[in-house]
This record gives sequence, structure tokens and C-alpha cells, in this order.
Amino acid sequence: MRSFFPILTVVSSIFVIWYLAAIALNSTWAYDKAKRADVTLTFSQMVADTLAQKKPLLPAPHQVAKEIYKTTVLKKITSKRSLIWHGWITLSATLLGFAMGTGLGIVLAVGIVHSRAMDMSVMPWVITSQTIPILAVAPMIIVVLNAVGVSGLLPKAVISMYLSFFPVVVGMVKGLRSPDAMQMDQMRTWNTSRLGVFWSLRLPSSMPYLFTSLKIGVAASLVGAIVGEMPTGAVAGLGARLLAGSYYGQTIQIWSALICAAALAASLVAIIGVVQKVTLKRMGMAL
Amino acid sequence: MRKLRYGKGFNFILWLEFLGPIAAVLLLSLNYGAKLGLLVLAWISLWGINVWLSKRPPSRLISFLVPMIFGLTLLMLWEGLVDVFNVSPILLPPPSAIAEIFTQGSKLAILWVDFVQTVVKGALSGYIIGCGSAFLMAVAVDRSPFLQRGLLPVGNFVAALPIVGMAPIMVMWFGFDWHSKAAVVVIMVFFPMLVNTVQGLQSSDHMQRDLMRTYGASYPQALMKLRLPAAMPFVFNGLKICTTLALIGAIVAEFFGSPIRGMGFRISTEVGRLALDMVWAEITVAALAGSAFYGGVALLEKAVTFWHPSQRG
Repeated sequence: MRSFFPILTVVSSIFVIWYLAAIALNSTWAYDKAKRADVTLTFSQMVADTLAQKKPLLPAPHQVAKEIYKTTVLKKITSKRSLIWHGWITLSATLLGFAMGTGLGIVLAVGIVHSRAMDMSVMPWVITSQTIPILAVAPMIIVVLNAVGVSGLLPKAVISMYLSFFPVVVGMVKGLRSPDAMQMDQMRTWNTSRLGVFWSLRLPSSMPYLFTSLKIGVAASLVGAIVGEMPTGAVAGLGARLLAGSYYGQTIQIWSALICAAALAASLVAIIGVVQKVTLKRMGMAL
Repeated sequence: MRKLRYGKGFNFILWLEFLGPIAAVLLLSLNYGAKLGLLVLAWISLWGINVWLSKRPPSRLISFLVPMIFGLTLLMLWEGLVDVFNVSPILLPPPSAIAEIFTQGSKLAILWVDFVQTVVKGALSGYIIGCGSAFLMAVAVDRSPFLQRGLLPVGNFVAALPIVGMAPIMVMWFGFDWHSKAAVVVIMVFFPMLVNTVQGLQSSDHMQRDLMRTYGASYPQALMKLRLPAAMPFVFNGLKICTTLALIGAIVAEFFGSPIRGMGFRISTEVGRLALDMVWAEITVAALAGSAFYGGVALLEKAVTFWHPSQRG
């Protein structure tokens, strides 16, 4: 609770800045409208107008909140205008990609830890792979996979996978190597096989590292899923809402999709945090 | 530690390393003939060289050679498989076709224009503004533990959000040209950089700060002589993370509207025209730019934080 008030201060100042920026950015349009209608605005009228425009440059927080309420609670979930429906599409691609990325990451990490040749040849490329802006490749992956006949969830999930496997590889390699020399010697005294060392020493001691990487990975794979939805031509998903909003200048729609994506990311990370706490506690590794 | 095993046991990695590829050769040569058999044979022998090299005493040359051989193997497999299976160049052009783009003057000129537009104007300027302002802000709030305690969790939270989504808004605000791309990059790199710098400024330990106090150092003196240098490993960690973010931001922002140049623009239009060799050439440029950017920051880090244990290794 020590940091409750500091966080509250920072968050509320962000909101204050947001409102001020909304007034400043939208005022030009408000004055423009008034000029054309031949009325002069008082300051308070101008402020009221800037916070209630239909296509503002920067919508005020309460406008976004109202839009989110309208498109989540008031719309049926099956409706194409429901944010929950779009969110679910993005979420399913995220989860599939995240699962694939985690699997690939763990397999690679196990290989890297156990084979020196693999460590030396693969690890540098894993690191290089992340300096490639993969999101730039997204449209190609989608179009090419479409041409081969794979469409729908999988192409997006592939992009998510590429973004999420890296933190898992790096974290798991660190984690699987974290048992110290003493523990490894103990295993050798017991004449344990490599497989035995893996199951009863390496894997359990890598768990804290795994969960830290999973948190980074799930956030990255959400980004991948959102970007993956853009080149398909704005059909469905949060990314499509962003793109459609930008085509038609619907700023409120863009912001509500953004806030939804942020909430989704936050809750995914929070869920992994809870699983981490429970697992580590049961394994006797809680901090 | 319930399960104990006696005896040497079954070495699963060794099996994967050798039996897998051999089985693959036999199966595939039966189906597709000698060309494929040769390809896989080359693959196995190159992997064999790597296994042999990695068991030599470690040296600089070996740690350079092994990944190079691995990369060449991948390129060879790509080229060979495209040839053997007759993959249409619309789906996956062979590396040789992509390399050919770089020999054609007109296409090279296009690549250069795109590079300047996206990397130099969009990513680099945004990177400098974003990282610079985040650094200054972190130093500014350094004297207030209250603000730091508030900024760290909020910054960590924002850093995990899909900020790329801000791209359409920035394009709306700053227009189609590189200014909007730089703006996206600024907000993408700001929070990771802020969090890292704030953490770094807290990283000097008690003894060191006490020593500064014994010397009677003023706040600016302590900042310049102790806290900023101590923060450098964290600052560079942030800078390195931001290099990738900057390129991603600049390229993705171009999907929402751009002038008729830029890497993101070129990629999305050439995909539409099914000119995949050009797309791959752009990706190669992006990869080279990304690696060079990261490598440059890493070199700078080596020069600045030469005292840190991770650099002396």
C-alpha cells in the first residue's frame, strides 16, 4: 500500500493532462464550427463543445468510456459491433500464438542447454531474429499463408508465436542453467541420467524464470495478433477496429479499441501473475 | 527428487542429433531422388562440422564460425528446397532471386529511398527524441521518491501495452509524412526507457552513496559522479530494447498511410503485387538496419560501461 498514493497521483495527473490536451486539440474545430454558424463562443461553451464532439482529434476519457459501455454491455455479444466479439477474435489468436511460441521456446531452450553445438549455432540467430522488425513481415505472412490455403486464426497466431518465443527461449535457457554446481554435483553423486537431472532439478528450478518470460511473451503476442489483423482488410478483431476507425476518422472507436487492447493485455499479464504465485507457492519457491 | 535413476540412461539429445536426419535422408531420397538426398547429406555434414567445432576448445574464431555455418546451412536448405519442390516464386522466392535485387540499380535506388524515409527520418529521429526525453524525465523525477514510486509501476504497465495501436491516431494528428512515424516511435520507446533509467538511478548502493555524503558532495555532483555512471548499464539495456521497438513502430505506422516511399509502404504494396522478391529484399534491409542499430548501441555500451562485470567477462 506504500505506493498507492504515488500511483494515484501519477494516474490522476495523466487524466488531467488528457482532458487539457483534448480541450487544446479540439478547440480549433470548435471555433471553426462557431465561425461558420456566426456565433462567438465563450470559453465555457468552447470547453463544453470540445468534450462532446462527434469526431474529435482527441476524445475525452468519458467519451471513450461511454463508447466502450455502449459496445460491450449494450450490444449483443454475437453482434459485429460488439467489442467483446472483436476482443474474443483477437484473444483467441493471441492465446494460440502464445501457446505455440511458448512450446517452441521451451523446446529450443531444452536443446540449447543440452547440446553445445546447438547452443553455439542457434543462440546467436535467436538473438538476431529479434532485431528483425517482424511486424513488417506480417502482411507477407498473411498473404502467403492465404495463398497456400491457410487462413483465419493460424496466420495471426504465427506472428504472435514469432514475437513470444524469444523471451521464453532466453528466460528458459537462463532458468535451466540456474542450478548451481553443488546441486549438479549432488545429481552426479546419485548417478542420475540427463533425463533425470532435467525432470527433477533443471525443470523445477527454471520455473521462476519461465513465468517472468511468459508475462513478457503474452504481452508481445497480443501485439502480434493485433498487427496481424490489419493487412487482412479490417474484417474482425481489435486490430481491424483500429484500421476501420482510422479509415473513417472515427477517433472514439480507435480509442475504445485501444483501451480494450490495453485492458486485455493487463488482464492476461495479471492472470499469469496469479498462476505464478500459486505454482511457486506450491513448489515452495514463493518469494 | 523422488525419482532417481541408476546407470547412464538414455541420451535423448544424441539420438535426435544423429538418427533423425539419417532417417529423413532415407525417406526423402526414396521419394524425390538424388538432388534432395545430396541436399540433406550436405546438411548433415555441415551440422557434423558444427558439432565437431563446438567440442574444440572455445575461441573467438569458433564462436564466429559456428553460427555462420549454421546460417549458411539454412540459406542452402532454403535455396535447395525451393528448387527441388518447385515452389512458386510468388510464394517463396529463393535467396538467389532476392540477392539479385541488390544488383539492379533501379531497385537498389528504391531500397535506399525507403531506407532513408523509414529508418533515418522516422525511426532514428523518433528514437533520439523519445529516449532523450525519457532520460531527462527520469533525471528530473530523481529527487522525488514519491513520483518515482508512482511512475515505476505505471511505466511498467504502459510498457506492456500494445502501444503500436496508437499509430492510426498519430497519423491523423501529424499527417502522412515521417513526422507521424517519428511520433509513434517516441511514444513506443518512451516508457521502456523511462522505467530502465529510473531503476538505474536507484541502483547505486548504500555504501557508495554514503561515501559521496562523506565527501560532502552536492546533489548535482553525486548525480554526475556516482548515480549517472552507475545507471549506465540500465540505460543501455533500455536503449537496446528501444532499437527494435523504434524500427517496428516506424514500419507499422506506415500501414496507416504514408507518402509513396518507405519500407512499410513498399512491403504492403509489393505484397499486393505479389512481387515477393522485392518484399524479401526490404525485409533483408530491415534486418540489416535492425542488427546494425542494435550492434552500434551495444558497441557504445561496451565503451561506456567497460567497468561493469558483464563487459569484463
